[in-house]
Amino acid sequence: MMMANTIRPEPSTKTGERLLDVKGLTIEIETRNGPATIVDGIDLHVGKGETLGIVGESGCGKSLTMLSMMRLLPNKIRVTKGEANFAGRDLQTMSNSELRKVRGGDVGFIFQDPMTSLNPVMRIGQQLAEPLIYHRGMSKAQARKRAGELLRLVGIPGAEERLDAYPHELSGGMRQRVMIAIGLACNPQLLIADEPTTALDVTIQAQIVDLVKDLRDKLGMSVVWITHDLALIAGLVDRINVLYAGTVVEDAPVDALFANPSHPYTQGLLASIPKLSDERSIRLSSIGGTPPEPGRRPKGCPFAPRCPLVESICHDSVPSLEGLSQNGSHRVACFVAQRKLEAA
Amino acid sequence: MAAQPLMRIENLVKHFHVRLGAFGERAATVHALDDVNFDILEGETLSLVGESGCGKSTTGFTLLNLHRATEGKVIYQGRNIVELDEKAMRPYRRQLQIVFQDPYSTLNPRMTIGEAVGEPILFHKLATKAELKDRIAALLADVGLPPRFASRYPHELSGGQRQRVAIARALACQPKFIVCDEAISALDVSVQAQIINLLLDLQQKYGLTYLFIAHDLAVVRHISDRVGVMYLGRLAELATREELFEHPLHPYTKALLSAVPEADPAHERSRKRQILQGDVPSPLSPPPGCRFHTRCPIAMDICDKVVPEWREARPGHRVACHAVTEGLPG
Repeated sequence: MMMANTIRPEPSTKTGERLLDVKGLTIEIETRNGPATIVDGIDLHVGKGETLGIVGESGCGKSLTMLSMMRLLPNKIRVTKGEANFAGRDLQTMSNSELRKVRGGDVGFIFQDPMTSLNPVMRIGQQLAEPLIYHRGMSKAQARKRAGELLRLVGIPGAEERLDAYPHELSGGMRQRVMIAIGLACNPQLLIADEPTTALDVTIQAQIVDLVKDLRDKLGMSVVWITHDLALIAGLVDRINVLYAGTVVEDAPVDALFANPSHPYTQGLLASIPKLSDERSIRLSSIGGTPPEPGRRPKGCPFAPRCPLVESICHDSVPSLEGLSQNGSHRVACFVAQRKLEAA
Repeated sequence: MAAQPLMRIENLVKHFHVRLGAFGERAATVHALDDVNFDILEGETLSLVGESGCGKSTTGFTLLNLHRATEGKVIYQGRNIVELDEKAMRPYRRQLQIVFQDPYSTLNPRMTIGEAVGEPILFHKLATKAELKDRIAALLADVGLPPRFASRYPHELSGGQRQRVAIARALACQPKFIVCDEAISALDVSVQAQIINLLLDLQQKYGLTYLFIAHDLAVVRHISDRVGVMYLGRLAELATREELFEHPLHPYTKALLSAVPEADPAHERSRKRQILQGDVPSPLSPPPGCRFHTRCPIAMDICDKVVPEWREARPGHRVACHAVTEGLPG
């Protein structure tokens, strides 16, 4: 799956060499009525050099999964089961000092809102230099030089002069570029981008997507891009995991997912995106109802109460993620989709 | 199009006076809207699109007289409503409604849904107390909520349900015109589709006119009859949906359309985007001449000197660009 105009090494999806491997991760929140499950035994993995898109609606647990791996969860929310291996080491059992070396070093983060993630009273240059000094042992002068290079890399005009600017002096798009520069500062093996363009205008959003695509191809890193916008990542990712109520309901290579969405939730999501080719006043297909709240998860398949294809088995047991295609690259957690395949 | 203008906007200007600096020592003017001219036709959905700060929400607020216009006219039923004071405005308020992006902050958390929907009905004396309960139930039914929701509070509802309540509240006044100010932007995709369908159904049922303010062009393309593109406080282009999406004339419109992602991996990987360089200039000191010239890929000498005329390049298709000559795409 080569890009049309860039030279990019084949991601190691096929060789199965996993950089990040999350197994059975379960996250619970403390509520007045006792603990409630938010993320229910999630499995996901990212290959070396692979770009994974994680798609889901608000509250499906997509951000929490990523935060929990780095043990950045807020109080009252905790991991109760499962492991998260990064480059062969379990992040959940690692000591705090070891983990600090991974965060911001081998794993870079870009968050949604740069205004709350950047320190408002610290100059951009210092914020960029901090991880370089801490993780890479650079001197202040070296780090400043590298900070200037990073700002140029993410396309900020007059990069060297901008090092002394404060975050409020930059526009939203510029601040997001600074966030990307910080995420990339230590040449991470894995970049986790959590809705990095949601707060931005569509023209700036296109700039940022192209920038990350470009940098990924140059630096050969793996990327996890979390979003609610399927169209946005269509041209960016290799593989997509669709999350619903804290479980992966479908895992497929990007082309297979768009060409042959197999979980009724994925089908619903794709059908509810207005297409530019639609006629006016055609009714959009929508998914009735709303996702279950934590603590009120149904006993069986979490999507069953909203599912148009629901059967009696769906209310009783939870479907597991099973391979649809022969090589197992397209997997779906749905009794109906799995049975259809067996019949075919 | 034979429809009559419901509202005519003439030379509308809105400037905000602000004080800058740590101690507010510098006075400055935000040029939020400058010289905006367009008609809103009866029964249509007119969308305004553009990037944040382009003045699309200010337009919605100013033509409902929620912001006082600095200059210009908004003609509605033969009256220039932007010169009316609050009292004289009141009979028009009932007909001109607005739905906001965030229904959580627009609904009073201590009022039940029934009270929130009933309040405008009592205020405008559209029903007696005896009729009120039935009227509320009918409005909730219109927006797809069961009558038992009348006794619930906003915090018990999901985002989509709250937005339905906000729409029911706007409908309660039996309006002619609703400004939807990013009314679906905060909703999840699957819920967003429900609300779009609801808005289209209500328009048919009650003959409503919408001014739809949004930044999602795929949604705008789906629901609009006509679309206006704004840039830095001015209208850049306005045309029917088909015209604007098939034959955009303004270079900014073209860039905006090329930035919209489509749910098609092969197409997305191979497409060449026309990416705009740089950021939107500050509305505190907008560039002279055409405001887009600092980022325009085809800017000419004249563009930083003369403000381009807002003219009809093709029938029903207006554009403000020096590079566009009659009938020929620039």
